[in-house]
Amino acid sequence: MEKIIILIVLVTGVIALAQLVRLYELTYKLKDRGEHDIPNRDNNLNAKLMIGFMLFLFSGFIYLVLRFGWTGRGEAASIQGVETDWLLNINFVIIIAVFFLTNFLLFFFSFKYVRKPGVKAKYYSHNNKLEMIWTIVPAVVLAVIIILGLKSWSELTADASKKAEKIELFAYQFAWVARYAGEDNTLGKFDYKLTTGNNELALMTGSTIDSSVQEMGKSIEAVEQKLKLINFDYLSSEYRSLISSSDYKSDVDELVTEISSSEFNLVGAEEQLKQLYGRYTGGGDHIKITLNEPNDETKSIIGDLEKDLSTKERLYRSLVQMKQNHNPSQDKYTLNDIIQKDTLYLCKGREYDFSFRAKDVIHSAYFPHFRAQMNVVPGMPTSFKFTPILTTQEMRASKNNDEFNYVIMCNKICGGAHYKMKMIVVVYPEAEYDDWMALKRKATFKDQYFPNEETEMIAAK
Amino acid sequence: MKKSKPFEEFVLPQGTNKGLKQPKLGEVLIDHDHDHEEENFVSKYIFSHDHKMIGKQFLMTAVFMGLVAMMLSILFRIQLAWPGEESSVLSLFLGDTWAPDGILKEDMYLGLVTLHGTIMVFFLLTGGLSGTFSNLLIPLQLGARDMASGFMNMLSYWFFFLSSLLMFASLFIQEGAVFGIQIGDPTTSLPGVWDGSGPAMAGWTIYPPLSALPQSVSGSGLGMTFWLFSMTIFIASSLIGSLNYIVTVLNLRTKGMTMTRMPLTIWAFFVTAILGTLSFPVLLSAALLLLMDRMAGTSFYLSDIIVGSDMLANHGGSPILYQHLFWFLGHPEVYIVLLPALGLSSEVIATNSRKPIFGYKAMIGSIMAIGFLSFIVWGHHMFITGMNPFLGSVFVFTTLLIAIPSAVKVFNYLTTLWKGSLVLTPAMMFAIGLVSTFITGGVTGIILADSALDIAIHDTYFVVAHFHIVMGMSAVFGMFAGVYHWFPKMFGRMMNTRLGYVHFWLTIIGAYGVFFPMHFVGLAGAPRRYYNYSVYQDFDQGALDMMMDLNVIVTTFAIFSAVAQIIFLFNFFYSIFRGPRAPQNPWRSTTLEWTTPVEHVHGNWPGDLPTVHRWPYDYSKPGSDVDFIMQTEPLAEGEEEH
Repeated sequence: MEKIIILIVLVTGVIALAQLVRLYELTYKLKDRGEHDIPNRDNNLNAKLMIGFMLFLFSGFIYLVLRFGWTGRGEAASIQGVETDWLLNINFVIIIAVFFLTNFLLFFFSFKYVRKPGVKAKYYSHNNKLEMIWTIVPAVVLAVIIILGLKSWSELTADASKKAEKIELFAYQFAWVARYAGEDNTLGKFDYKLTTGNNELALMTGSTIDSSVQEMGKSIEAVEQKLKLINFDYLSSEYRSLISSSDYKSDVDELVTEISSSEFNLVGAEEQLKQLYGRYTGGGDHIKITLNEPNDETKSIIGDLEKDLSTKERLYRSLVQMKQNHNPSQDKYTLNDIIQKDTLYLCKGREYDFSFRAKDVIHSAYFPHFRAQMNVVPGMPTSFKFTPILTTQEMRASKNNDEFNYVIMCNKICGGAHYKMKMIVVVYPEAEYDDWMALKRKATFKDQYFPNEETEMIAAK
Repeated sequence: MKKSKPFEEFVLPQGTNKGLKQPKLGEVLIDHDHDHEEENFVSKYIFSHDHKMIGKQFLMTAVFMGLVAMMLSILFRIQLAWPGEESSVLSLFLGDTWAPDGILKEDMYLGLVTLHGTIMVFFLLTGGLSGTFSNLLIPLQLGARDMASGFMNMLSYWFFFLSSLLMFASLFIQEGAVFGIQIGDPTTSLPGVWDGSGPAMAGWTIYPPLSALPQSVSGSGLGMTFWLFSMTIFIASSLIGSLNYIVTVLNLRTKGMTMTRMPLTIWAFFVTAILGTLSFPVLLSAALLLLMDRMAGTSFYLSDIIVGSDMLANHGGSPILYQHLFWFLGHPEVYIVLLPALGLSSEVIATNSRKPIFGYKAMIGSIMAIGFLSFIVWGHHMFITGMNPFLGSVFVFTTLLIAIPSAVKVFNYLTTLWKGSLVLTPAMMFAIGLVSTFITGGVTGIILADSALDIAIHDTYFVVAHFHIVMGMSAVFGMFAGVYHWFPKMFGRMMNTRLGYVHFWLTIIGAYGVFFPMHFVGLAGAPRRYYNYSVYQDFDQGALDMMMDLNVIVTTFAIFSAVAQIIFLFNFFYSIFRGPRAPQNPWRSTTLEWTTPVEHVHGNWPGDLPTVHRWPYDYSKPGSDVDFIMQTEPLAEGEEEH
């Protein structure tokens, strides 16, 4: 009902508009004037509206600045961010000046030089001097912007110093996990193929490789088993349908139960089915049997399984190779790494050297308050550094918000729940951070996943 | 008019000479067409070879696609302003599948955003703008009977139509079926690629691995397959069209129409076509490699990936390779969209200021400079992909250089208005609006081009504000200027001026109201492509409140400006059928298209082709008592050209 009413209103509206236009055209016809002759009244009105619009634009801008301020993010919370904000402000001064000046000239000219009776336009086709001026002036301003920008850029992207604390951020749909480098400040190696249920960061040690090899072996066996069963299912049902006698069918069923209750190989099983068939037909062992092709569904399941199998076999081979190339003396770097979920803790005034790793698709680690951001790309490690200079408490005071927290958000579209992918960041003063870290060092990768493997550590040392 | 060239001197456009006897010397082609080949409905309105009709076909298709994309934006703007609230609009348009109880689903939000971007950039602003006006104006303003190849021109439109159809259909994908028709076979060896629901959901840039892995999001199945096929066909259309434009501009100019007597519209279309021919093939290869990764198990863009619990064996590919290929098109694409709009507005501003365009040669120079530079700046979209910082510096430098020719263009427009005698037609108003948005959106580009600053605001709403103003609004305003100005040429009737004024004021207020506040959302740090900002509750309620206030403002203006487009649609369609008849040269313009008859004829000029004697901007020339001098008018004795 509602929709019908809306429809009726729309239709009447359009009809009314059409009638209005007709009326308006009639008056034009009466005055013997075409649609292309713009009457002075319209022309002047629009010229005035140009000024009106300019005022709307400028006052809108000023209103937004006054109400929402320069940046809703608050002051920059890292050394690098302070540099960025300084440069940002310089740029803003320049572009806002250009915005006001050129928009003013545009709308002012549109108002001032509107057609007036008896005034002819000035034929002014070019002026090389003027054109040189407005090529060179922007060029000079841009040169300044470029030089300042590149200076900051080279500082921001320079390698982190040696003493910077290393943290790896691992991203997947739809969460972040951090890995601190531990006492030795060296992050252990990883390889995505080592991902297992209890090693979701795919960290590399001798024993994680072993367990991955084992697990991969098991899952290959499982797929092979599935393939065998499916093929056997298909064979047995084909054989069952070869002869319509119910005796034969029940004998086949018996044989099938017997075979599949034990370990069997497919060739042997087929041989047994064939013999049974031979017995019924009296054809002996050399009988030729033509079976139907498996149906589409079976074919597609078999196809999927075979594809899966070949992928797994490839992965298995490279895992075995990894084991051969593995250097156990590297394990100690991995074993004392600290895995940290949900919240990332940082220390005020300490430089951090972040590296990034993605599990599935591209993500982007965006730290709005530290003015830092870097894409997280599967198969390609990325990195950057920053030094926090305001603790969470200080930032809360500065923002006048007791519940404020720093955050990492995902800033590259990564799937349905992209918008929920975040990690809270807490910046502690040094003492508090050291306490926290001391506690964490008792829960390293090794403690969590290999609490009983003292030997490995000792062997590595 | 001087005696024109004998007939043989012209290269005959293919398609126009179809089925003709060898013409005799001086015989006019058009008479043949009328004597021997009565056009029927199909050859006139559907499979037409006539560039004017093809231009109109492009315009109609693009207007439809533009409306679809605008509607999509309204739907996701409603979600952004009032997240989690039941909306009858959402349930009306998206139904129970995508908006159960009037609440939008997360996946579909991404689908709406992706299709909005794709359709606006490629189908409205590339196909619609360049397709419509290059087709309409290149032969008319150059004095040619038709495009170099009428048949290829027709092919270009029908490829465009087919790709539009595919892209539109992708909105209706459900469980591997479109409109209930099962596409492909999900049980075959390529499970994900033919399955899944909804359109592509990886953003209009469709970065892999998200777009390459059907397991990662539901739209990366059949929806992405549709997207890729549609864009492949679109690129073919664009390439055929562009080649045709280039050949026509180079070969079919009438006598006296030297390159430096071409109107700036043609210069803009010409450079645009060159950009398109050089950059679209790169996107084609990017799309084909992505198709291979999806369908043939290759690893161009994939390496070391575990999606869900699937460990993939792909190794050695790089997702960043895709981004390089994509943006090698993607950045020139910005100018493929923008240059035609600037060209159209140059013409409209000069005509309605009753003044020559200021610095004609500088304008040509800056079009060419922008065109050239646009090929070496693509990396500024990738500052934070982990690229080598030195390479980043190079891109900062080249990108900021573009500001120089852009500034020259703006100042030249301002000087053209200065001491003019402005006739504020609706077209002129939109052209002035374009200059304003070009400035407002352009200056924020300086910040985004600065890699050090880009780190902090990359992929936030600041970027959304920037490119919507400088590319979206400017190009759409250019397109409106073009439609209002050349409507009499297209349909032989006039549009209603006063409705045009209302349309302009509502649109410019609405559009600025939508995009200007977005700068502040972005400076507050809000990432783009977020379904909602509820996550802020956990760390910064203050910023969330501010963003929600702004989002409500933005959405209100968005609905306002969408409704304002009804006025345009009404005016447009009403005037096609009922508008007053157009006079020969309504805007008192100097260019050749206004010497053709109001009623379209195949071949454009019923008699000989016109001869050109002067540049196209002789308005208010001193020493002449008329306000404007047609290009066909020979120079008076002792008169300097300009």
